[in-house]
Amino acid sequence: MTNKQTVSELMDHMLQVGNSVETLQILNEEGEIVNEAAMPELTDEQLKELMTRMVWTRVLDQRSISLNRQGRLGFYAPTAGQEASQLASHFALENEDFILPGYRDVPQLIWHGLPLYKAFLWSRGHFVGSQYPEGLNAMMPQIIIGAQIVQTAGVALGLKLRGKNAVALTYTGDGGASQGDFYEGMNFAGAYNAPAIFIVQNNRYAISTPVSKQSKARTIAQKAVAVGIAGIQVDGMDPLAVYAATSEARKRALNGDGPTLIETLTFRYGPHTMAGDDPTRYRTKETENEWEAKDPIVRFRKFLEKKGLWTEEEETKVIEEAKEAIKEAIKLADQTPKQKVTDLIENTFETKTFNLEEQAAIYNEKESK
Amino acid sequence: MAQMTMIQAITDALRVEMKNDPNVLVFGEDVGVNGGVFRATEGLQAEFGEQRVFDTPLAESGIGGLAIGLGLQGFRPVPEIQFFGFLFEIMDSVAGQATRLRHRSGGTMNAPITFRSPFGGGVHTPEMHADSLEGLMAQTPGLKVVIPSTPKDAKGLLIASIRDNDPVVYLEHMKLYRSFREEVPEGDYTIELGKADVKREGKDVSVFAYGAMVHASLKAAEELEKEGVSVEVVDLRTIHPLDIDAIVKSVEKTGRAVVVQEAQKQAGIAANIVAEINDRCILSLEAPVVRVAAADTVFPFSEAETVWLPNHKDVVEGIQKVLNF
Repeated sequence: MTNKQTVSELMDHMLQVGNSVETLQILNEEGEIVNEAAMPELTDEQLKELMTRMVWTRVLDQRSISLNRQGRLGFYAPTAGQEASQLASHFALENEDFILPGYRDVPQLIWHGLPLYKAFLWSRGHFVGSQYPEGLNAMMPQIIIGAQIVQTAGVALGLKLRGKNAVALTYTGDGGASQGDFYEGMNFAGAYNAPAIFIVQNNRYAISTPVSKQSKARTIAQKAVAVGIAGIQVDGMDPLAVYAATSEARKRALNGDGPTLIETLTFRYGPHTMAGDDPTRYRTKETENEWEAKDPIVRFRKFLEKKGLWTEEEETKVIEEAKEAIKEAIKLADQTPKQKVTDLIENTFETKTFNLEEQAAIYNEKESK
Repeated sequence: MAQMTMIQAITDALRVEMKNDPNVLVFGEDVGVNGGVFRATEGLQAEFGEQRVFDTPLAESGIGGLAIGLGLQGFRPVPEIQFFGFLFEIMDSVAGQATRLRHRSGGTMNAPITFRSPFGGGVHTPEMHADSLEGLMAQTPGLKVVIPSTPKDAKGLLIASIRDNDPVVYLEHMKLYRSFREEVPEGDYTIELGKADVKREGKDVSVFAYGAMVHASLKAAEELEKEGVSVEVVDLRTIHPLDIDAIVKSVEKTGRAVVVQEAQKQAGIAANIVAEINDRCILSLEAPVVRVAAADTVFPFSEAETVWLPNHKDVVEGIQKVLNF
């Protein structure tokens, strides 16, 4: 930059910052490595484990949709299509890392240690679903879009002050990147150089609103520039690219290099949620077909098969195991005692207030009848 | 014992708790090296270091999220909202997140946060500095709302707020920061949250007040004493949850009640107190409960404060109304 530039040139220069963002891809749609230099170091066992989790989670999505239709699950936000984005990013974490998920990010919680029946209870709306086991470093799925982002800055600063060798990682969607809390959370984490990773799963639509209506910015990744942190856009249908980006962000965070924003370009094959959203109102069949051709499981399967690491039998086994686990979990959820008003009163304060004592007595009597 | 203003008592409480508990963190806009816009955190960063007392970017919502996240890592955050009129920026973090955390985690997580914030009229602040928004907070389950009116109360209540394992909004009336001094015990003491304090005993009428209105009520009581009226002034100190026992006890004794607040009539918490009295001791009442409150307009332009804010004359008027019913 020289002082001989015109005002207009300086303004244009700022516009180019966004236009210069490139997308990281390692595995193409044919399951071929297209970027050897960025290839993450994963053992054969790890590669198989990642595939297992993706297949398992695809089954979970299919079964969850069907259980929701039967009225055996409540709130459910479909995940099919986002397996690479959700599970390969989570795969780069350790148990000590703290996850602050959005409402679509239940799979990451499950693989971080949330018992499946609790995930189902959360879907149904039962407090036991949010009673996390000791040592599960995570928050419940966040419904207020953006709140998880500012909270992540706090968790990350907490980890830093405690001197822990861990990161805070959060997820939001493309629509969420328009929220004030999205900017504030990243800005705070940046200002404190806190070990945070912000993942935006850009699945092109916030309910019916396309990403083009969210912002004039060409990418969401470039929003990192506004807060002076590292940012990257990755092919979110490519498990290796998502893993490599998250893993690198984690390494940088632990190294004291501060937070990273990762935008994953992905797609949800299903509706926004199971609460009556109909994607045919706002998405064309062509768009859906185009994204289904990018399926993360298909391309990862091709990659693993070529390496002799994956067979149809293995996949069938994972599918059967998933179905069995889901059946067991739903049974456990069914067996959980129904909630009482006195339970809800109990969980409001550490010590009940005068009015809650009074109300607890009233409901106790009602419940004992 | 030392003579302290309310702001000195607040600083003292923060110092006591920071010494007492290494998890206590103080942060907000300009609370660090500057010592706060009212000097409430004066000297704390020098004494405890930048890891314990630190400035934040200018973003209230971010401050709220920071507090919740730090709470999840076992810290005991004491964030400051520079003026409570800026509550709306942080409303989700307070009312949508911190206050719900214990409940939505089935009792497995909590938010041991004390949100400190100045408010209150009478000092000619610009817009959105002085508004009384405690009524919004009092409608939030899972939250406690504390409003001290004296230096001694301020210290004991703040220490208790910080030690509480649930979120507390602790509101500091700007007019009371330096308006008078009082003997404040040194070191460590607490005043239980949710407990009112009878600031003046009386037998003819009960006045329930909080914040600056406690002093307006005490002044009114003094004036009426000359006319032979004995006024009991009850300082609520915690406006949510209310000290129902203290309210009922006083009304049963006097048979008449006035509720005094600086907030607009449609805001604040006076209506709730009237409802509790009606529910619990209507048979003791000689007259309907009267409310003294501001007009239902936006908080006034600063030159209009004197005609708009309720004062001791309005309290006298309110008391006469219940006496002459």
